[in-house]
Amino acid sequence: MELAHPNAPVSLLKGRSPLDWLAAALLAAGGLFAFNRYSAYMDGYEQAFLLIAIPVFAALAWAWAGLRNLLAGVAVLALSGVSLYHADLARAEQVFLLKYFLSSQTAIGWMCFLFFLATAAYWLGLLAKSEFAEKTGTALCWTAVLMGATGMLVRWYESYLIGADIGHIPISNLYEVFVLFSLITALLYLHYERRYATRKLGAFVLIVISAAVGFTLWYTFSRGAHEIQPLVPALQSYWMKIHVPANFIGYGAFSLSAMIGVAWLLAERGILASRLPSLAVMEDVMYKAIAIGFAFFTVATILGALWAAEAWGTYWQWDPKETWALIVWLNYAAWLHLRLTKGLRGSVLAWWAVVGLVVTTFAFLGVNMFLSGLHSYGEL
Amino acid sequence: MPRTFARQLYELLSSMRFAVSLLTVLAIASVIGTVLKQNEPYNNYLDQFGQFWFPVFESLGLYSVYHAGWFLAILTFLVISTSLCIIRQAPGMVKEMRSYRTGAREASLRQFAHKHLTHTGLARDEAQQKVSEYLLARGYKSQSKVQENGVLIAAKAGSWNRMGYLLAHSAIVMICVGGLLDGDLPLKLEMMLGSKHVTGLDKPFAEIGPESRLGPQHWSYRGNVFLPEGKRSNIAVLNVQDGALLQELPFSITLKKFHIEHYSTGMPKRFASDIVLTDLQSGAQLEHTIEVNKPFEYRGVSLYQASFEDGGSKLKLKAHSLLPGSMRVTEADGTVGESLQLTQGSDAMRIEITGFRPFNVENMAQPSVAEKNTLAMLNRSLGSGAKSADGKDLKNVGPSFSYKVRDAAGQAREYNNYMMPVEQNGRSYFMAGMRETPAEAFRYLRLPADEDDKLTTWLALHAMLTSPKEHALIARRFAAQAMGGPGVSDTVRTRLADTAERTLGLYSERGFESLGKFINDTVPEPEREKAADVFVRVLQGCAWEAWQLTRERQKLKPLEMNAARADFVRDSINSISDSFLYGAPFYLELDQFEEVKASIIQATRSPGKNGVYLGCALLVAGVFFMLYVRERRLFVLLKDSGEVLMALSSNRKTLDTDTEFARHQEAIESLLNHGTRTP
Ligand code: HEM
Repeated sequence: MELAHPNAPVSLLKGRSPLDWLAAALLAAGGLFAFNRYSAYMDGYEQAFLLIAIPVFAALAWAWAGLRNLLAGVAVLALSGVSLYHADLARAEQVFLLKYFLSSQTAIGWMCFLFFLATAAYWLGLLAKSEFAEKTGTALCWTAVLMGATGMLVRWYESYLIGADIGHIPISNLYEVFVLFSLITALLYLHYERRYATRKLGAFVLIVISAAVGFTLWYTFSRGAHEIQPLVPALQSYWMKIHVPANFIGYGAFSLSAMIGVAWLLAERGILASRLPSLAVMEDVMYKAIAIGFAFFTVATILGALWAAEAWGTYWQWDPKETWALIVWLNYAAWLHLRLTKGLRGSVLAWWAVVGLVVTTFAFLGVNMFLSGLHSYGEL
Repeated sequence: MPRTFARQLYELLSSMRFAVSLLTVLAIASVIGTVLKQNEPYNNYLDQFGQFWFPVFESLGLYSVYHAGWFLAILTFLVISTSLCIIRQAPGMVKEMRSYRTGAREASLRQFAHKHLTHTGLARDEAQQKVSEYLLARGYKSQSKVQENGVLIAAKAGSWNRMGYLLAHSAIVMICVGGLLDGDLPLKLEMMLGSKHVTGLDKPFAEIGPESRLGPQHWSYRGNVFLPEGKRSNIAVLNVQDGALLQELPFSITLKKFHIEHYSTGMPKRFASDIVLTDLQSGAQLEHTIEVNKPFEYRGVSLYQASFEDGGSKLKLKAHSLLPGSMRVTEADGTVGESLQLTQGSDAMRIEITGFRPFNVENMAQPSVAEKNTLAMLNRSLGSGAKSADGKDLKNVGPSFSYKVRDAAGQAREYNNYMMPVEQNGRSYFMAGMRETPAEAFRYLRLPADEDDKLTTWLALHAMLTSPKEHALIARRFAAQAMGGPGVSDTVRTRLADTAERTLGLYSERGFESLGKFINDTVPEPEREKAADVFVRVLQGCAWEAWQLTRERQKLKPLEMNAARADFVRDSINSISDSFLYGAPFYLELDQFEEVKASIIQATRSPGKNGVYLGCALLVAGVFFMLYVRERRLFVLLKDSGEVLMALSSNRKTLDTDTEFARHQEAIESLLNHGTRTP
């Protein structure tokens, strides 16, 4: 994810495959179709988002073939799901494909199941040194992301079927952001898997994802948290739509770095050392993940401040969630100082990253569980 | 040695070690305020910590950590330290950004971690040109310098990395300074100097003097304006320590109307205030609607929809006496937030009307016995996200209001009554809630509504059954009804009537409680249950007769008994019995209302905001440059001997640097040997 990517092609347009062009054309066609048909219902920000999304997704699809295929798959499945509904929510119970495959709860259920399987496959691959099992893990992980992303998009549509005034993007409560977290962490991992050409770290990263998935399931079964709720006035803001995803890229990247930190510490003690990538490679992934997490978390915190200024009348008021976001941010700022300017390496940084996960988890979940504040966004 | 001491201090403050320590200390200090709830009324803390710890924690500023002196000191250190750090690093960095280091010696290049020695067959000029072109194409800027044994091409890329450092660290300073200015530091100073004092809010604003008022030109503030519909205000209340200060605004606000909308689920959907703003200097007026997430700014003051309350709704009330045998109804007009006097019998009571809600959304679903096995659970969670897990059935059950009744001793009980009957298990009840202390939940008296959906029948029944002088008549009629057949002797009937009268007598003392006590005292253990059953049946019969009697007196036709009426009778004797514990000698019915809402609008002035936002923009840019632009320097020394020394340095040690050097090495090597075969 470096700007000055040493291996970046000199020309962006040269050497593009027909598939790349097809992907870009489809994205542009879909985006423009949506714009043409729905722009009357959107405000200026939403129109801008939609138009900017076209080149951004095209660029991502070109840079990463796996992502391109994912986008295509998600588009096909989500559109099928939406069209099967015939604008009638009751069909989720009646149509076989919806009930057992494409309706949002079912699709997210598949995601959960597939992430568990992927975790098992990666561990099998790591312990048995089986490349086949590892590749299966990768395939399962991609499929899980496919189903999860489909589920989220279908959920988005379902929310509008409940009522035009209730419809909203599904990133507005703790249940939804947990699914988002799982998806983002998995995609970040898959990115590094490709960049560093090693599938060995999947076993560790998927543990965090499985934990999130486990929580999601518990939250569904015991609290009925999956039910789509309308947005209370405080959440009716376009800031939410960018603040929340940016935050979760941060949380996802920090979690990933912590799991690499665990792998590093084990390898340093000779545990699994022969099976894991070299310490230098893990170190590098850890740094890359924290760097991207820090960049996004900085942006997310600032967006949060801008939103707070609009919703609560002040950009900073030491609300527990805000304060813990600052603590997380300071923690990784300190990490980067140690690593970049002291050139410090090794177990201090790995431990620090692991402790970072504890701090991050508290900011993400603990604040909602134990502290009260204005972020009354999903309580436990 | 003062100079060296100053120097040492400067070096310490601007050092990395100090920076990391500061960041860590700040993080840990921040935790305190999230664990302990901040800015609560001081009494809460006193309750929580007790006499001994309360003042200790107060002196440590723990009730308002983020405004405590020591916390501000940490922030100040952060500003100083970061500033010094910039001052110390900036000149070197700028020089570094500019310089190509063309003076680098071969000996030092040989010390680099990334270096490579090769040969070229090309002439020096040609080689130099090719290499320079190659570097330019890869985004490197270069300069060449002839040295004693050849020519050195010194190239650099990613110099913005250093700029990133300057941007991000200056941003921290800007954000902190802006934030400190918008905080309550200026106000704290004024209060410390003794020119301003906090006040209580137990008197009208007009009586609060200038020592607790801040003028409209005050630098920064954040306070609440309380605005009932139709009223006007130019005062924002700032909560400071354990009191308040009044902030005068440069304009006045009139609330025309407050809007509140709900989703069908009862969740709030929109809060909005239609206001008219009048500039107190120019007299200019403008109208605007403020909503949550849609504030309005005027003359540097931002107005936000913060909250809402009742603004003094007008309630028309009817007090129905619950004294034995009384059917008295007293009418009264009440206003939320005010109190009224009510006389019941010999007592005069003070009623404080505390709240009014025009609607209440309640979950009316019967708790279902859902299957617990895994398959059923799984099946329930498939499908759309619209499905409710527990089959909620939300209904608006209409208005409710709450009040406190204070007795002569000053003790207050709190009541909460619904205006309309609420359906439960297919029957309708007026819900009358009561609690003795705010810590409890309301316990509800369920008074059955009659066939006209009114409370009238229940009230009449209550009066009859609690009135001793009616008991004999009711009992006699009950006996005649129950044993009216020709084969029953008068003595049996009289015995039954006596029993019924005694039952009513006991019941009208304290309901089932007195009956239960009587049974315990007089009936042997094994027969108690049966006796209780008999008493209840007698009571039900009497209640039915009492009901018919009231109808007779009103010249209404007697009723036929049916299941619904039997239920009504049963509910009535239960609730009349419960009403002995109600604690008030009347039931207050809400007859009509005229709602007046009040909006709470937050007014803030934060002139440091622009600095903070600019700082944020710089921070993002700075972090981006620092993390995603790697500074690299590539040196190619073309020696006269045909030897070529390549070396690369970067201030980031990542694997990318390794791969990049490998690529340049290969590319330059093939460039310099292209078409020439050197042995
Ligand atoms: C609180 C927020 C801060 C953030 C987010 C932050 C961020 C960073 C980052 C990411 C770097 C690495 C850049 C590089 O090596 O090129 C850095 C470098 C550095 N920071 Fe900070 N910093 C903060 C506060 C401070 C403070 C308070 C000090 C001084 C006491 C400080 C002193 C330094 C120094 C000396 C460097 C090394 C610059 C170099 O040689 O490249 N930083 N900072």
